[in-house]
Amino acid sequence: MNPVPDVYRILPEVVLALTGVAVMLIDATLPFGFPRRPLGWIAAIGTTLALWASLWQLSLPQGTGFYSTIETSAFTIFFHVLICGIVLVALLLSLDSLPEDSHHQGEYYALIVFGAVGMCLLTGAVELLLVFIALEISSIATYILAGYRKATGRGPEAAIKYFLLGSFATAFLLYGVAMVFGATGTTQIYEIARLAPSATNHSLVLAAAALMLVGILFKVSAAPFHVWTPDVYEGAPGPVVALMSTAPKAAAFALLLRLVFELFPSLHSIWTPLLWAVAVLSMTVGNLAALRQQNVKRMLAYSSIAHAGYLLAAFAGFGTSGIAAASFYIAAYAAMNVGIFAVITLVSGYDEELPFIQDFRGLIYRAPLLGSLLIFFLISLVGIPFTGGFFGKFYSFSVAVQGGAVWLAIIGLLNSGLAAAYYLRLALVSVQSPESRNGEPSLPRPHVGIAVGAALAFAVAASLILGIVPGEVLRAAEAGAHSLQAPPAQNSAPLDDALTPQER
Amino acid sequence: MNAINQSILTWILLAPLAGAVLVVLVPDRKKLPNWIALLTALVTFGLTLHLPSHFAYGQAGFQFQTSIPWIEMPGSNSAIFYHVGIDGLSLWLVVLTGLLAPIGVLASWNAITERRKIYFALFLVQQTAMFGVFISLDLMLYYGFWELSLIPMAVLIAMYARKDGPKAALKFFLFTFIPSAPLLVAILWIYAQTHSFNFVTLQYWIASGALPAGPLCWAAFAFLLAFAVKVPVFPLHGWLADTYSEAPVALAMVVAGKLGLYSMLRFHIGLFPVQARALAPWLIALAVIGILYGACLALAQRDFWRLLAFAALSHLSLIVLGIYGFTFTGSAGAIYQILNHSVIDAALFVLLGLLYDRYATSQINAYGGLASNLPRTATLFVITSLAMVGLPLLNSFVGEFLVLSSTFIGVSRSWAVWASLGVILGATYMLWLVQRLFYGPKSEMATSQPAPDLRFGELAVLCPLALLMLVMGVAPSLWLQAIEQAAHPPQPKVTAIFHQGTIHSTFAVSLSSREVQR
Repeated sequence: MNPVPDVYRILPEVVLALTGVAVMLIDATLPFGFPRRPLGWIAAIGTTLALWASLWQLSLPQGTGFYSTIETSAFTIFFHVLICGIVLVALLLSLDSLPEDSHHQGEYYALIVFGAVGMCLLTGAVELLLVFIALEISSIATYILAGYRKATGRGPEAAIKYFLLGSFATAFLLYGVAMVFGATGTTQIYEIARLAPSATNHSLVLAAAALMLVGILFKVSAAPFHVWTPDVYEGAPGPVVALMSTAPKAAAFALLLRLVFELFPSLHSIWTPLLWAVAVLSMTVGNLAALRQQNVKRMLAYSSIAHAGYLLAAFAGFGTSGIAAASFYIAAYAAMNVGIFAVITLVSGYDEELPFIQDFRGLIYRAPLLGSLLIFFLISLVGIPFTGGFFGKFYSFSVAVQGGAVWLAIIGLLNSGLAAAYYLRLALVSVQSPESRNGEPSLPRPHVGIAVGAALAFAVAASLILGIVPGEVLRAAEAGAHSLQAPPAQNSAPLDDALTPQER
Repeated sequence: MNAINQSILTWILLAPLAGAVLVVLVPDRKKLPNWIALLTALVTFGLTLHLPSHFAYGQAGFQFQTSIPWIEMPGSNSAIFYHVGIDGLSLWLVVLTGLLAPIGVLASWNAITERRKIYFALFLVQQTAMFGVFISLDLMLYYGFWELSLIPMAVLIAMYARKDGPKAALKFFLFTFIPSAPLLVAILWIYAQTHSFNFVTLQYWIASGALPAGPLCWAAFAFLLAFAVKVPVFPLHGWLADTYSEAPVALAMVVAGKLGLYSMLRFHIGLFPVQARALAPWLIALAVIGILYGACLALAQRDFWRLLAFAALSHLSLIVLGIYGFTFTGSAGAIYQILNHSVIDAALFVLLGLLYDRYATSQINAYGGLASNLPRTATLFVITSLAMVGLPLLNSFVGEFLVLSSTFIGVSRSWAVWASLGVILGATYMLWLVQRLFYGPKSEMATSQPAPDLRFGELAVLCPLALLMLVMGVAPSLWLQAIEQAAHPPQPKVTAIFHQGTIHSTFAVSLSSREVQR
């Protein structure tokens, strides 16, 4: 019945998993003291292949495989490409910023790739148990990575906090899955969507939805489930934060979109006010807290909470446009956030000798390129036109206004004005003349290698493309939205058609 | 020629940007960035001069238009367009921006000694953003340039400020960025109702009354708020004094006034004539308060940058008065006065900037009796001050006269009287400033620090400006020809709100009769 071999449906995941295993095995066979850096290149190549594999999946017809547990559609491909892109940038960044003598580099690269397997799987899974497993794969990888700097006090602290709170949140999700199974007798998402409206025990469905929502909102660090974010971001190494502030969030948002628009569309009237409140709370709490931070990574942690809020505003929009806006925003957010964490990793150093805002003083004189890039990414985060950040925000609030949530848009945009204050504080500190350090030795000039240069170029290009010529990405996001809204047909039209413009 | 007319605005937009890229690429040696920036600015100015020479005067609507779909809006057939064009309102503002670019470069020639690449690159980006604001006819495109203009400004203020740059930059940025949030919501709301960002389409939509009136009022108010901060209108002027006293000369002279005033005319009155009309009494009151308040504070300042800031508040408020008087003459005078004020303000900034370069203080007390040391500077300063005060034969007189007379006849006599009082105060603080800086007994500083008079580059900047003030004062019809066409009501519906009778004020009649003779 299904001519597409099942394995094609999970090709990117397979490629990533094989890469991870290869990295781990080669690491084990290499003699002690042999440089582990080439392993990072292997991982990067594997990720690039996975990215290609995801793009290749466009030629597959939309449908599910492995007994309706995993789906390929324009939606999953959009997120696969996004996640593979982020992971690639994070790997390139790690290649140049991990100290040469750091231990367990092999595991580090392998864990990043395994994490990517989980995240990709999460966006494609249409079976709640697989969702849970994918979430665990990605989470466990990030728990370990968060504590990678074992020598510092903050590393293990971050890992333990993240692990304890994270597993608690996953438990919520699992409990939700169990309840929805109780209510409908299945864990297949389309089946549930069909059966849930007519479920005899409606309150069980409601409780399940609520529990699952809690689990996911924790993963995307939306208020009031955000408290772990600043501590973990502060303790984890820079490249890992670049990864975990974007890729797992992208995957979790993909899951949230699936949950809201595919699993429980019948509960839309309940979702909307709930997500409205969470959006407003996230952006306000995130921005207000960020205003008072002195540590750059903590500040950006709060800013990422605020961005989760802006993103949730898109959920107030009508189905398709809301999904497309949210997908687009995730891409824009990922581009600029990966970029800024890359810059900060280079400036602060792997061991973070320079973690505070004041340490960035005079950056543009010390390192003109990095300083300009920092300002560029900050401008994108503020949401100035012609950058991805602006268009993401614009689109997100645009669908919110069209969905009737004018107040949400007003609160959101005023919040982005508030956010400009702290982003700009960092930008302005970095252009301030560095005279004040007389007497002390001058700060080191960060080194920008080939790998990290490529990573930065990638992030800048993505931010600019998303801001100036977002047409293609918009169309892809929209095609994804359509495929999520479409009924789950086995072997419908090839995905290439779904990706072409809608005006036909 | 047609092809040039089609693409000229795009070239004007791209030329400074290309120059900025070039500045970034060349090495920072031997004033190379300065020369590239100057060349770019001159080329851009030359391109802008194409506009008045090929402008079809007397033809209504927009000219030199280009419209290309840029970003398709998902979920509908509409798109954000790259839609540019100019009419009589924006024509001279574009040329003015072009003129002030080389002047800004020359004014920064010696003042900026280090990090010239960043400075001139951002300066040129700022030019692009300003051109973009004046020529965009798509609301989102306009908003893009409007926001973009903040960034180079804020960064340059922070980097090249005199004392406390970051604070002034942050203040400037937040003051102007936060009100643009409601502006964006308003634009989005209008889009949600009409599925269009096109200025002309929206004008008809809104005039047809298809949009709900209540929210439309709020949208109009959001537009107004964003523009009023940028002008600034009393009491939203909190950022002005700090920015004036910190920003480098070349940026301070473009930061206030024309962007906000143009936007008011085009996008507040142009889009929401009825709502603007309803708010007009409030704005007239605020404008008159601004005129008097600015003038009084200017009288009390000890620092000449701050004096200039409050003087600007006073003069810009006069323009706001002209705009919201809703008389034909008043609008024309206000538009003309935007040009005048920009020219005069630029000249004053250059003059005060060169005093600051020579003596490194902006305290008026420290100066005195400079006229014998710097006779040429003194002469040009006096000419500029007299122009600012509104001496007949110089440019400000025309604009101020048109605004005040139309206010007196067409709006309210008492407001006009109060506003005229502000003009008298204006003469007081300007002439007092001249006296304190250049005449009277020689101050200790003037005797102890000998300083050279105007250099060639400075003369090259100031003489054309002084000449321009004279020409604009003697032959205003050269400019008013285009402006009056723009000040004409844009659409039939709006006609009713202009007081037709006021055209017959003596000055306007003499102007139009001269038009006929020509």
